[in-house]
Amino acid sequence: MATATYDGVEVEVNDEGFFTDPSAWREEMAPIIAKEMGIDELTPDHWRVIRFVRDRYLETGGGPTVRVLGKTSGVTVKELYRLFPKGPAKEAAKIAGIPKPVGCI
Amino acid sequence: MTDSIQKISIIISQGSLEGIYPGLIMANGARAEGIDANLFFTFFGLDAINKVRHEHIKLSSVGNPGLHFPTWLGGFPGVSKIMTQYMESKMEKLDIPPIPEFIEMISDTGAGLYACKASVDLFGMSKDDFIDQLDGIITVGDFYQLASGGQMLFT
Repeated sequence: MATATYDGVEVEVNDEGFFTDPSAWREEMAPIIAKEMGIDELTPDHWRVIRFVRDRYLETGGGPTVRVLGKTSGVTVKELYRLFPKGPAKEAAKIAGIPKPVGCI
Repeated sequence: MTDSIQKISIIISQGSLEGIYPGLIMANGARAEGIDANLFFTFFGLDAINKVRHEHIKLSSVGNPGLHFPTWLGGFPGVSKIMTQYMESKMEKLDIPPIPEFIEMISDTGAGLYACKASVDLFGMSKDDFIDQLDGIITVGDFYQLASGGQMLFT
């Protein structure tokens, strides 16, 4: 198991860099993870999506798909891809400290 | 990461439900992974982006051994419709969107949607027959240029 250090705290992550223990995540870590992925600044819209996927994960045990995000987060699919160019569901999950969403859609 | 796929170009050449969905799922899945994607609709695959016809894409119930029922049964009136509705209801439960919504979503992900000029001419269609998300009616040569540097999939 790999580890990463964010905001001075060492956390366990999997091979792709997703948190294995979502409870180890803190908001201060998000901008650092984002920067690693090439997202230099987290805007209020980024935060809206990050909080949404995290809340959804804590409620249901899984991160939402892009379709669900587009329909329920208040951010359109087009905007989601502008905010997270390398895949909104995947990138938002990584920044929010939750596992990579499973599913093909 | 250097040997990972960066770009995919997918050709959709069939007009049946089972002929269209795989290419759409591959394209959407590519974008979800941050892979660039372009779609080229050719021959009967044009129905997927035809603004009237794409609401009525049917499963082929004749000559489709995967359905595991006799060919004569598949030819009865209404069988294709019933099988299509059955399949659509199963897909909805799995969060797979209907074709028109799926194509709009794929366009919103930033994927390119292109119609094959030769097929458009062959069927006597024009730009007005297609959905607004269409990025262009282009030649095979143009599509190969767009595909340059990536992988191609024919479906």
